Amino acid sequence: MGVVSRGFAGRGRSDPKLPPGQYLTKDFPVLSAGPTPRVDTDRWAFAITAETGQEHSWNWAQLHQLPSETVTVDLHCVTKWSKLGTVWEGVSLDTLMAGVESAADHALVHSYGGYTTNLPLEDLLDGQAWLAYRYDGTDLEPEHGGPVRLLVPHLYLWKSAKWVRGIQLLLDDHPGFWESLGYHNYGDPWREQRYWGD
Amino acid sequence: MARAAVLGRLSWQVAQIAAVRPETDTARTLVLDVPDWPGHRAGQHVDVRLTAEDGYTAQRSYSIASAPGGPPALTVQRVDGGEVSPYLVDIAAPGDRFEVRGPVGGYFTWQPGDHAPVLLVAGGSGVVPLMSMVRARAAAGSRVPFRLLYSTRTPATVIYADELRRRSRDDHGLDIAYAYTRVAPPEHPRPPGRLDAVLLAEWGWPTEFAPNCYVCGPTGFVETVANLLVDAGHDPARVRTERFGG
Repeated sequence: MGVVSRGFAGRGRSDPKLPPGQYLTKDFPVLSAGPTPRVDTDRWAFAITAETGQEHSWNWAQLHQLPSETVTVDLHCVTKWSKLGTVWEGVSLDTLMAGVESAADHALVHSYGGYTTNLPLEDLLDGQAWLAYRYDGTDLEPEHGGPVRLLVPHLYLWKSAKWVRGIQLLLDDHPGFWESLGYHNYGDPWREQRYWGD
Repeated sequence: MARAAVLGRLSWQVAQIAAVRPETDTARTLVLDVPDWPGHRAGQHVDVRLTAEDGYTAQRSYSIASAPGGPPALTVQRVDGGEVSPYLVDIAAPGDRFEVRGPVGGYFTWQPGDHAPVLLVAGGSGVVPLMSMVRARAAAGSRVPFRLLYSTRTPATVIYADELRRRSRDDHGLDIAYAYTRVAPPEHPRPPGRLDAVLLAEWGWPTEFAPNCYVCGPTGFVETVANLLVDAGHDPARVRTERFGG
């Protein structure tokens, strides 16, 4: 146990749904390193690029022709807030990856506006990740990543790249934006992997 | 893109409150004594961990207000109904201890080697990391032109009011302007109102100066200001944001 802070009682005991060091919020805070990019759905496109250079891409209409899923998930931001029971609609990465041939173990996610984040490819598969375009029953707002964001709720939220435009499959790991700036390469909230060395 | 400012493992360290300084009715500065403080850059923050008698812990992040080179000082705004900030603002006293981990954050930072003009836009207690930059500029003897545009409710909610008054007189090349949203002082040239495109154009830098813009405040404020800057023609890559609230 750490040093006791005299006179600090705290608000309550921990909720078992909260990973260590997190607190509950009912709002939906926004965290981005820069301005919110404006992405017109008429020009929106998303591509998965295999390590061979082979590219699979979808435009807005094509994405919506794919079967969608509605999922209820908990969100955990590295800045300490967690939001439980959020409802999203989008396309599973399993659906998008179905026709992609790759021997890659790593993925680098790219966003409109230049943001990147990396994660193991296996964390995008088996019902763990979606391209989400609706939140809480309405079209995803730009400040929350609309028109389309990646949703990987089992990792800290910076991995769920907003304004997603592509996923690059790689044989070697390549750290993304925050991962190059001191944040953990994997980011498991239950192991409190916030920063390098955690 | 800025490279890593956080190297190696960040361990929890015991911080002792060396001094407290009231800033407004709802904010105060805690100067910390952290024996192995590794130093920080202007704009970075720390994680704070409080531990209760029964072992319960709570963590939050707070921006560092002090210039690099000295002990870290945090300015904390009380959030009504909050769990950690009321303790830090109302209860904690010199000699009390908690844990910190940091500094954290390698992007929303300014260093004296950055020579582009700087626009700082603060909403409320979003002024804290920007104040660290203003102090860092003075401490380094930098001549980089700085403009601080500070949106606040009333004259009484201005954090660092005396120091800002002094610096606007003494720190050559630093301009400070206020946008009061509720009540403006009698001599103020503008009626109370939100920060808008006109004020940003008047007090910001022309886009051709390619300034580095730092915007910090509540989510809605930052969203609005960042959009206004991009609409005015500033390169989005030069607009760095830090948002809080939730």
